[in-house]
Amino acid sequence: MSTYWKANQRRLAPWLFLAPGMIMFAIYVIIPIFQSMWISFYDWDGLGEAVWIGTANYVELADDPEFYTSFKNNIIWLVLYLLAVPAGLLIAIFLNQTVRGIRLYKSLFFFPFVISQVVVGLIFTWFYAPGFGPIFKLTELVFGQGTAILADDRYVTYGIIAAGLWPQIAYVMILYLTGLNNVAPDQVEAARLDGAKGWRMLWYVILPQLRPATFIAVVVTVIGALRSFDLVSIMTAGGPYGSSRVLSYYMYEQALSEYGYRMGYGAAIAVVLFGIMMVFISGFIWKMWRDETER
Amino acid sequence: MFPRPIAQTSRATQVMYQVALPIALFLWLLPLIGIAVTSLRPPADLAQGNYFGMPSAIAFSNYADVFRNSDLARYILNSFALTIPVVIGAVGLSCLTGYALGIYKFRSNLLIFFLFVAGNFVPFQILMVPVRDLTYNIGLIDTTTGLALFHVAFQTGFCTLFMRNFIKALPFELIEAARVEGVSEVQIFWHIVLPLMRPAIAALSVLIFTFIWNDYFWATVLTTSREAQPITAGLNSLKGQWVASWHLFSAGSIIAALPPVAIFFLMQRHFIAGLTLGAVK
Repeated sequence: MSTYWKANQRRLAPWLFLAPGMIMFAIYVIIPIFQSMWISFYDWDGLGEAVWIGTANYVELADDPEFYTSFKNNIIWLVLYLLAVPAGLLIAIFLNQTVRGIRLYKSLFFFPFVISQVVVGLIFTWFYAPGFGPIFKLTELVFGQGTAILADDRYVTYGIIAAGLWPQIAYVMILYLTGLNNVAPDQVEAARLDGAKGWRMLWYVILPQLRPATFIAVVVTVIGALRSFDLVSIMTAGGPYGSSRVLSYYMYEQALSEYGYRMGYGAAIAVVLFGIMMVFISGFIWKMWRDETER
Repeated sequence: MFPRPIAQTSRATQVMYQVALPIALFLWLLPLIGIAVTSLRPPADLAQGNYFGMPSAIAFSNYADVFRNSDLARYILNSFALTIPVVIGAVGLSCLTGYALGIYKFRSNLLIFFLFVAGNFVPFQILMVPVRDLTYNIGLIDTTTGLALFHVAFQTGFCTLFMRNFIKALPFELIEAARVEGVSEVQIFWHIVLPLMRPAIAALSVLIFTFIWNDYFWATVLTTSREAQPITAGLNSLKGQWVASWHLFSAGSIIAALPPVAIFFLMQRHFIAGLTLGAVK
């Protein structure tokens, strides 16, 4: 045994090191993905007997107006959430200086990302609160009549996204600050001697060098937008009348709440969300794979 | 340096920048300042409609009330009991997986690596039903252990990505030299690589601490009782109990936010190194 180990340890060692992590990850992440796909073909309340119903869940989904509302909101989330990327870059440029106390400023600007989305949601709920919330007062001042943003199906999704953008911009800002720190100073100086400045400098000299930071910023923002659950749950619980639901929340509602324990239908929604996300994930992986194999 | 250092600009611009900084910060943190002030506002102010003016007195008693009248202390303890083991578990497991994927060349290396990376990005909902079912079947539903096990497994994906990239950047000659000397693979890991991984371990620990502390989705899916719910889910439960008591709400929120904020300030450098996924140098 020990001679076998001695002769082969370099071949066996990686598998021993991988085993605990891989087993855990397989049990809790990889296998459940396939189980969910399987469950989506059943009618199941989570406790009793599961009944095979083929594609009936998906057929129902295709005809479900609530599903389309959630889907539409996911698109709005995705598009507006990406505003965090330019906004974060803007703040990063503003803060990329070497005056006294700037380090403290940078960390304080980063603050919103450190606190829980539950707390962020509570803060913004209070800001939007009808009657006395500052945003309500502001709308009252501007339009003469206050708008309770979270109770109005026209604005509610935008109100929640605004709350989500706050920590997301902070995150992107930190990514760009680190990126700006690594911009080659000689190139900037050379460009400056050539008369480049302002927007042209940013566009032609700085942004190309920030590409790795931009890549990560877009990845985390897209994932964050499609994962949005906490804020919707905390601020509106999908309301009013389901108008602020997103797919992740609608899935949860169908599978695990007073609206019913429809595990199969919930799983079908999750599979659709997973499909949307896989489009992006494959893109990221493809790019990372290319970088890895080129090296 | 971009933009042009402010020290090289005109005096007027410099002054403007120095003035703009605190104003921008104030506006940016206005929501936080708002709840910080409210958490110290006497309830009488709120009753009189004084929501945003000067507080008539500073009421630290709100913080005492929050602990006295609710299960907040219990939730906080639950959060610590959840978060600390998860940090140890996930970082420990990923030291091993990161080492395996960063040092050894074998055919399925990249495939396994990208499986970890991809798994880390999937929507939680695709895992929800099976994971809840699994946790239920092994008798750990509504327990801290059940929630912790899932978090350890899931965070291992992100941690492996980070650790593997970190180890890959270490000087490989060190390991080759040790192999020539006849040092065993386990000893190389323990005595040579692990000490060099300290910065990565620190970075991941603070980051995972924040992620787990702030998790809300899995807390609501896998726990329901006050004995197991962490503070994020607890705060949401307290929403019912504290209807319109915004001063209690604010105090509770501040307390919930405090541990990750403290960790962030104490270990800022590590935190930021972790956030950039080790990819932006």
